[in-house]
Amino acid sequence: MVHSVSLGLVMFVLWLLLSGHYTAFVMGLGVASVVLVVVVARRMDVIDHEGHPIHLSWRSIRYWPWLIREIVKANWDVAKVIVQARMPISPSILCVEGTQKSELGNVIYANSITLTPGTVTISLEDGEFLVHALTAEAAAGIASGEMDLRVTDMENAKAGEDDPK
Amino acid sequence: MELILDILSWACLMGGSAFALTGAVGVVRLPDVFTRMHGAGIVDTMGVGLIFLGLMIQAGLTLVTVKLGLIIAFILFTSPTATHALARAVINAGVQPLLDVDPDDETPEGDESSKT
Repeated sequence: MVHSVSLGLVMFVLWLLLSGHYTAFVMGLGVASVVLVVVVARRMDVIDHEGHPIHLSWRSIRYWPWLIREIVKANWDVAKVIVQARMPISPSILCVEGTQKSELGNVIYANSITLTPGTVTISLEDGEFLVHALTAEAAAGIASGEMDLRVTDMENAKAGEDDPK
Repeated sequence: MELILDILSWACLMGGSAFALTGAVGVVRLPDVFTRMHGAGIVDTMGVGLIFLGLMIQAGLTLVTVKLGLIIAFILFTSPTATHALARAVINAGVQPLLDVDPDDETPEGDESSKT
């Protein structure tokens, strides 16, 4: 139920931002659409902690800036490699283990790896990640496991956050 | 103030274009499918990110900025998924990646870093 209400709210805010028309009639249509979508989504049983992970939204505020900084750094490194005349690449595939408990955590980690240029997640099975890295530095960055730790931190905060609030 | 914002947004637009171009050059220059995906990754993140940041500065505090921000967010969520699907398809098609180090998938990451 919490998820349905939150999904409805998020969708309505999104609708308001995208429409920009604030007359009663148009907003009524928006409310009707949101209610319809939530009802359909409930019947399809797709509203759960994976489809609509509200428990992560607050913790991810700390994760996003860090990830963006990593993406910028990695972009710079890969761009430098590409423009050099002799292209000093050393592609490798490495296997790392994710310490996340849920599949959602695993997917966040895998997508974070792919988002940083220089590393791409090829496969993910039972918490084992097969990662293709463009350079030795990129491979070492993944092997160091810092990103893994941060994703796990964000995931675990779920239990801790319910207590104080 | 107007001038500073213009300079800032143009710097972002030019930087983004430079990164997008670099990514495109990478797609052409890099040797195989897997390494080329890294080149495309630059366009997806820095290229799109900086160009949209520049456009957001141009638009100021309006609904347009919100929409541009939403587009960035959606790209950040969908592009890794697309890349992953591509990598899976390539692996299933039986393409072997070009590797510098031993293509031994079973080696733990400790082994990998000792070689570098």
